[in-house]
Amino acid sequence: MQFRIWRGDKSGGDFIPYETEVTEGMVVLDAVHQIQAESANDLAVRWNCKAGKCGSCSAEINGHPKLMCMTKLSDLPPDEPVKIEPMRSFPSIRDLVTDVSWNFRVKKQIKQFKPRKPDADDGTWRIQQGEVERVQEFRKCIECFLCQDVCHVLREHHLHDQFIGPRYLVYTASLEMHPLDTEDRLAELKQAHGIGFCNITKCCTSVCPEDITITDNAIIPLKERVVDEFYDPIVKIYRKLTSLVPGSKAQVRDSSG
Amino acid sequence: MALPEFETFEYDVIIIGAGGAGLRAAVEAANADVSVGLICKSLLGKAHTVMAEGGIAAAMANSDERDNWKVHFADTMRGGQYMNNWRMAELHAKEAPMRVHELEAWGALFDRTTDGRIMQRNFGGHRYPRLAHVGDRTGLEMIRTLQDHSIHQQIDVHMECTITTLLKSDGRVVGAFGYERERGRFRLFKAKAVVLATGGVGRAYKITSNSWEYTADGQALAFNIGAELKDMEFLQFHPTGMVWPPSVRGILVTESVRGEGGVLLNKDKKRFMFDDIPELYKTQTADNEEEGWRYVTGDPNAKRPPELLTRDHVARCITREIREGRGSPHGGVYLDIAWIKEKLSNSDEHIRKKLPSMYHQFKQLAGIDITKEAMEVGPTTHYMMGGINVDADSQMATVPGLFAAGECAAGLHGANRLGGNSLSDLLVFGKRAGEYAAKFARDHSHGDVDNDAVQKAIEQTLIPFGNTGESPFHVQHDLQDMMQRLVGITRTEGEMQQALVELGRLDERAKSVSVTGHREYNPAWHTSVDLLNLLNISRIIATCAIERKESRGAHFREDYSQKDAEYGKFNLVVRKDESGNMIMERRPVQPMRSDLQEIIESQR
Repeated sequence: MQFRIWRGDKSGGDFIPYETEVTEGMVVLDAVHQIQAESANDLAVRWNCKAGKCGSCSAEINGHPKLMCMTKLSDLPPDEPVKIEPMRSFPSIRDLVTDVSWNFRVKKQIKQFKPRKPDADDGTWRIQQGEVERVQEFRKCIECFLCQDVCHVLREHHLHDQFIGPRYLVYTASLEMHPLDTEDRLAELKQAHGIGFCNITKCCTSVCPEDITITDNAIIPLKERVVDEFYDPIVKIYRKLTSLVPGSKAQVRDSSG
Repeated sequence: MALPEFETFEYDVIIIGAGGAGLRAAVEAANADVSVGLICKSLLGKAHTVMAEGGIAAAMANSDERDNWKVHFADTMRGGQYMNNWRMAELHAKEAPMRVHELEAWGALFDRTTDGRIMQRNFGGHRYPRLAHVGDRTGLEMIRTLQDHSIHQQIDVHMECTITTLLKSDGRVVGAFGYERERGRFRLFKAKAVVLATGGVGRAYKITSNSWEYTADGQALAFNIGAELKDMEFLQFHPTGMVWPPSVRGILVTESVRGEGGVLLNKDKKRFMFDDIPELYKTQTADNEEEGWRYVTGDPNAKRPPELLTRDHVARCITREIREGRGSPHGGVYLDIAWIKEKLSNSDEHIRKKLPSMYHQFKQLAGIDITKEAMEVGPTTHYMMGGINVDADSQMATVPGLFAAGECAAGLHGANRLGGNSLSDLLVFGKRAGEYAAKFARDHSHGDVDNDAVQKAIEQTLIPFGNTGESPFHVQHDLQDMMQRLVGITRTEGEMQQALVELGRLDERAKSVSVTGHREYNPAWHTSVDLLNLLNISRIIATCAIERKESRGAHFREDYSQKDAEYGKFNLVVRKDESGNMIMERRPVQPMRSDLQEIIESQR
């Protein structure tokens, strides 16, 4: 089978043709490894689990952001070379490896989990399965950053310093909707984290290898919360009135300032 | 040759490895107000803990009130064939529930019981349902929780950085030396205490559930500065790895499939696990299939099905079926969870909910819908029970200032690890390692780093750039092939002697491997460095496996197929002496404290 793999670094690069023998069930990452062992020992590629669980081997395959370990060669057109290139929204390090450090810096800026007081005397909590399942979807995220790669706010407009991207909106949603969490992240969402930049084109949802419904289930509900908090006077009054309910987010928010 | 420069970093404590144990150690050390450097071979959050599926074993007694630390302790010792360090097994059983609750306080969300507590599931060798879990992605939940908690502590993270050498001075460890991948620059880490949390050795084998990182780094780093390794013959082959298609061979299929009612069948559709039930487990195993199903569905009076016997035994039974010609078309056996449709009307949904990543993995990689068809599975190299010999309470190795936790340390699991005891091991002993390393750092000042040792480390690492030999990938492949064939799941004296001969040849080939290109993110170079650790540790595994002339736990000798009480009296300990030779010792098993002995007796 024929391949065209992007080789280069931040100063530039090009697609280099390779050929390797393909056997049943092989995925793109297998082919890359085989090429690496046979004819391109220094071909740089990042990978770990090879089972779609760690999110290390993100790349663009025939123009589509995908995990190389979960993309079967038999699902790609056999008569044309498979084109493999690094994620284009991140600076190149070498070959298929990109500098994703921005993501790790962004995560640090999001206020950490802050649980309510334990429910039981032994310091534990009582949570219903339904409450767990509500955020389960967001917690499946393997941090492959394919959603960040495809998001046009980052990819085309390069607003990395004003917008945290779909991955971190999902992360914020997982914290905001966590049954025990008492922190308030809405002001940052609106300002520093730039949720308003997302105009719900759902590109992120379409590339998520974990099938997280990023836009509908995470981003839109967060947008609604921001709107309620900052733009809806009735909700604001209601919140004030209900702020006496113990353990509610409104109460914590108001009492903290 | 003018040697390249290196950057120097200074911390009170450095932690090498950022899986569950490393992260937990880092959090603990940072909370003890010492400066902490965390060094990870990959990006943060990608370590092998992320792959753990089944759950965290902790006797919280939420799903069966008969459970308590004593039962967990006895289960762990029985599973390890009493070769375990009993003090570690005691600490582990007692502290695991606290460590799980602490994870919840940091944001982890586990599946719940109807009254809102953490639900626990059945697993091999555990008497009661004991594993805190979230579907079959518990490891992801755990590592992400630790990662997200740790980034708000005072911890410096060095991602994609590999340590090649530990530095020693005046008899104690004083730092570590290695390189970062992005630019290939060298880094010196001066430290008052060093915690190794580097995981396992699976990459010495061809069929493995381990990723490229697991090249025995911690074990080799410790051995090279004279620390003791223990129990290196005890390597766990997980009974159920994928076998088809070839490119996914070895990828893990979680034990939870069996915990949820999955059964093992041979090609004649016979449930062969009922054929051979070991003496130690006779009184705990179901008499028939119906009782097995009642057990997995929570009947407290039912005994567990034989599929949930310990991993060493299940792996051997599967190997037997395959060898005797009763395997599946691609050289495995069948693991069937789809059959539960006979019992549950909503079985499709139930399976997808309880085993979502297994469903996804088989659907995507093998084109199999596990709610409708059986999977094909076979044993895969999974976990090293042996490793760095540590003090049970402090996790300090036999070299002062050096600590180890998690898979790279030995002791808790003895001759065979129970599923679920790994994640709890990481938490319990990661915390202890961090705590005692911080204490050690407070009691000591920085030692002197020997510049000659640093220069030597640089020279050694750069050798492949000047060579003209073969590619390091070839040598690594041949090593993996050889270990799989000759030091695998069933072992004989002759094959293992042959392995030592072949290791000699591979050592020679490794010396002349060549690397082209430059040092920036060059995987061939990284492989050439990792290869030295793999060879080093493969030799130790083979040597110890030859020495133990009996079958016990995960170590199975065809030429000595029975357990031998004499061999149960000692652990094998190896270390490197001053002249660089390996010394092996039969270290007597310490007599168990009488109160613990009584627990064992009462749980028989």
